[in-house]
Amino acid sequence: MGLPLMMERSSNNNNVVELSRVAVSDTHGEDSPYFAGWKAYDENPYEESHNPSGVIQMGLAENQVSFDLLESYLEKKNPEVSMWGSKGAPGFRENALFQDYHGLKSFRQAMASFMQQIRGGKARFDTDRIVLTAGATAANELLTFILADPNDALLVPTPYYPGFDRDLRWRTGVRIVPIHCDSSNHFQITPEALEQAYQTARDANIRVRGVLITNPSNPLGATVQKKVLEDLLDFCVRKNIHLVSDEIYSGSVFHASEFTSVAEIVENIDDVSVKERVHIVYSLSKDLGLPGFRVGTIYSYNDNVVRTARRMSSFTLVSSQTQHMLASMLSDEEFTEKYIRINRERLRRRYETIVEGLKKAGIECLKGNAGLFCWMNLGFLLDTKTKQGELELWDVILKELKLNISPGSSCHCSEYGWFRVCFANMSEKTLEIALERIHEFMDRRRGF
Amino acid sequence: MTRTEPNRSSKSESENSGGGGGGTTAMRVIVPLQGVVQGRGGLFLGSVIPCAFFYFLQFYLKRNRKNEPDSGEPIPNPDSDSASPDPTRSQSVGNLTELASLPRSLSRILLSPRLSGGAVSVSGRASCVIKGGDSPYHVGQKRVEEDPYDESGNPDGVIELGSAHTTKMDWVSEDPGEAISDGLCMSGIASYEPCHGLIELKTAVAGFMSEATKNSVSFDPSQLVLTSGAASAIEILSFCLADSGNAFLVPTPCSPGYDRDVKWRTGVDLIHVPCRSADNFNISMLVLDRGFYLAKKRGVKIRGVIISNPWNPTGTLLTRENLYALLDFARERNIHIISNEVFAGSVHEEGGEFVSMAEIVDTEENVDRERVHIIYDLSKDLSFPGLRTAAIYSFNESVLSASRKLTTLSPVSSPTQHLLISAISSPKFVQRFVKTNRERLMRVYTELVKGLKELGIECTRSSGGFFCWVDMRGFMSSYSEKGEIELWNKLLNIGKINVIPGSCCHCIEPGWFRLCFSNLSETDVPVAMNRIRKVCETCKS
Repeated sequence: MGLPLMMERSSNNNNVVELSRVAVSDTHGEDSPYFAGWKAYDENPYEESHNPSGVIQMGLAENQVSFDLLESYLEKKNPEVSMWGSKGAPGFRENALFQDYHGLKSFRQAMASFMQQIRGGKARFDTDRIVLTAGATAANELLTFILADPNDALLVPTPYYPGFDRDLRWRTGVRIVPIHCDSSNHFQITPEALEQAYQTARDANIRVRGVLITNPSNPLGATVQKKVLEDLLDFCVRKNIHLVSDEIYSGSVFHASEFTSVAEIVENIDDVSVKERVHIVYSLSKDLGLPGFRVGTIYSYNDNVVRTARRMSSFTLVSSQTQHMLASMLSDEEFTEKYIRINRERLRRRYETIVEGLKKAGIECLKGNAGLFCWMNLGFLLDTKTKQGELELWDVILKELKLNISPGSSCHCSEYGWFRVCFANMSEKTLEIALERIHEFMDRRRGF
Repeated sequence: MTRTEPNRSSKSESENSGGGGGGTTAMRVIVPLQGVVQGRGGLFLGSVIPCAFFYFLQFYLKRNRKNEPDSGEPIPNPDSDSASPDPTRSQSVGNLTELASLPRSLSRILLSPRLSGGAVSVSGRASCVIKGGDSPYHVGQKRVEEDPYDESGNPDGVIELGSAHTTKMDWVSEDPGEAISDGLCMSGIASYEPCHGLIELKTAVAGFMSEATKNSVSFDPSQLVLTSGAASAIEILSFCLADSGNAFLVPTPCSPGYDRDVKWRTGVDLIHVPCRSADNFNISMLVLDRGFYLAKKRGVKIRGVIISNPWNPTGTLLTRENLYALLDFARERNIHIISNEVFAGSVHEEGGEFVSMAEIVDTEENVDRERVHIIYDLSKDLSFPGLRTAAIYSFNESVLSASRKLTTLSPVSSPTQHLLISAISSPKFVQRFVKTNRERLMRVYTELVKGLKELGIECTRSSGGFFCWVDMRGFMSSYSEKGEIELWNKLLNIGKINVIPGSCCHCIEPGWFRLCFSNLSETDVPVAMNRIRKVCETCKS
């Protein structure tokens, strides 16, 4: 028996135990307007029949336009795939037990094949370079842990997904140095902006370890041009840093020919020292509309990174049930080809609907060709072209129009007045209602 | 990082972290200086001057390194650096602090960018992970993967007695489908849901945890945070309770997983507090106390103590006295307690009583409740490792709040949550499952202990969990870590049995091995015993 410590129990009521800096910091960014709007929606959600005047959620980039295709495949056509009910029992047992961090080979193969299909076969993906994580969020954080040390930096073009502030920085201690992009060239990344960002980091004595881009871009809803990708890769080679391409929206490009993946650029390069600095992040959450499944992947051309990521994925594993369930579906090339094609088409139509609708209300958007959202310009409505002005307008839109959209400042956009508006997470009817509210608001503003 | 005491050992460490191998250099500077300037002044100057020199050198190097990428100088290969710690071996505080407290210096020394065209480097954290892959823990695991034992299919394969993979589920006689409703529909599960777990699942998990304590504790579902595995749960708590450069006290032998879960990405260190066979490996509060003060003297801030109950690897159940003593200890030092209760539902000893830390703090003041955090793992108790669902239970709202946000990085998928809700909400299924599980574990454990005894091998009394802590000191060629690894090698290569050597569990006494019996059926036990006998005979000859 262990000897109990022979001390009196003192009533140390003032001795409150401390937490870490990570625990108390607000780097998680959940207090920003990006997330605040979600709270407003949670408290008063729009519902067609029960709450028609509620808040319409246009701040969540979720894809529900092609959900029916998945549902019919999983539930009606292939019941054994679903693994529920008594038919799934033998599979259940095997999958409950399997827990290797390599992931089910069949699932990795299915992911590789799906990613290849999305790129029209223009790039090949090797099954053994796929590392599974519980979502793209985890994939981005994991890569950051592997590529950068605390106080190092990643260069990220603005505007960027607000979640990066948390995913890339919170636990890793790594910084983000923005590559400023503006509307003068449709927010494309220029070599000058890259150099500028790199120099800013160097002047502050911060070591840059890589560039992280999202292609197609969130929040812009546009693909990165091939020339820009080639310039980026050159830049990374010159500075001897990494290039991470988050291609989570790659299956949501309206016209397949308009998307160039960094994998295509690398496909024709033999020099290993160039290839091994490139890493791709992908997830099924957006293209397949399965965010709840939490399936993400890191694809790296660097053996050390693959090995390390695989081991570190112990912290963020995908359940084997989920893997099994999706493996059959993703390997079914006939289904995936049909799904990708129809999904693209539906998203394109939604995009055209919203952009036309906004145009009629006198609002312009950035010319987009991908994703689940559009990048809307309300700069002309701001009282002052400042962050404050933008947030005031955002507040008006939330409270008066009951629309939750995302202000550009939460995406670190250097120009004020831009807003990200999601259109794929609702029915067509709801989208019409949202557009009506915007029309009414604009009419009021013009004094009609 | 500043060390204010002019203590000779701490000086050596700070010199070490500056440039590697500086310990004796420091002595060569201090001692003559002390000789030149006599008396106490000598001690002072002999400490201050090298300290000042060290900081000026760092400053000078930092300024010059700004131009490094454009200079033509060759850069050292990061992989050959000897200062990066092997995460699976015990570390002195000084070495790990190099990585944690001086990350930028480390990144500059080791991983400065090469000339363009050269290999691009990865982080210090990644380098550690790459190098740590050769421990017996990983080597054995790999061998099992390549050549797994199967009674009919591969009878000469490697028997896995290392880790709790639970490959046997024959005893799940009825169809688990019976317990699983088929009312699950896609649209209910595909969209975003709280990462930290659906309330229905939390309620089911809380119920399960209460069942493990025979209902002496009622767990509140709102104090649960679910995440994708116990590794993630431990890591999240490590991130929340300690800063980089701090440490947790861990009585040893301990779970080999802590080296990864606590240390890999957090920068937090583990200070091992050895327990000894003479005490039946029970925790001595005096030794724990000593560990705390030694760390403090070296300038390391202890933020908490990690215990496991039932204990991994010995299988011991901690008594109420142990737990009260630990709480007192934590209170006096104002630190946290992480109570790893992942095997709470696997108490197999007849009449064995599992007491949760939650029961101990039930009647305590809030300020003490807030220092206790419990980890629970559904995968262990339900034998569902593939489904990856573990939980953090805390009384500290700030920890819960931070943990909830952190689970976006390690969430449990929706279909899995729904599946589990169906499975473990059915009380009939749970009770039958748990009862069958415990009885099976007890039968296998009894057979195993009997078999080992016949071979002249003793083990400590295991009351819960999946492990047997086995004394094989008599079979080593030499009483040392080397002797232990040689024996482990024989067991793996001659006996084709994968076990975990005590050094992976940081046991201070060589010759102890952890055997996991949850993978065995009763018919496998004699096979395993024959294999061990074969090895024992080669040791005696």
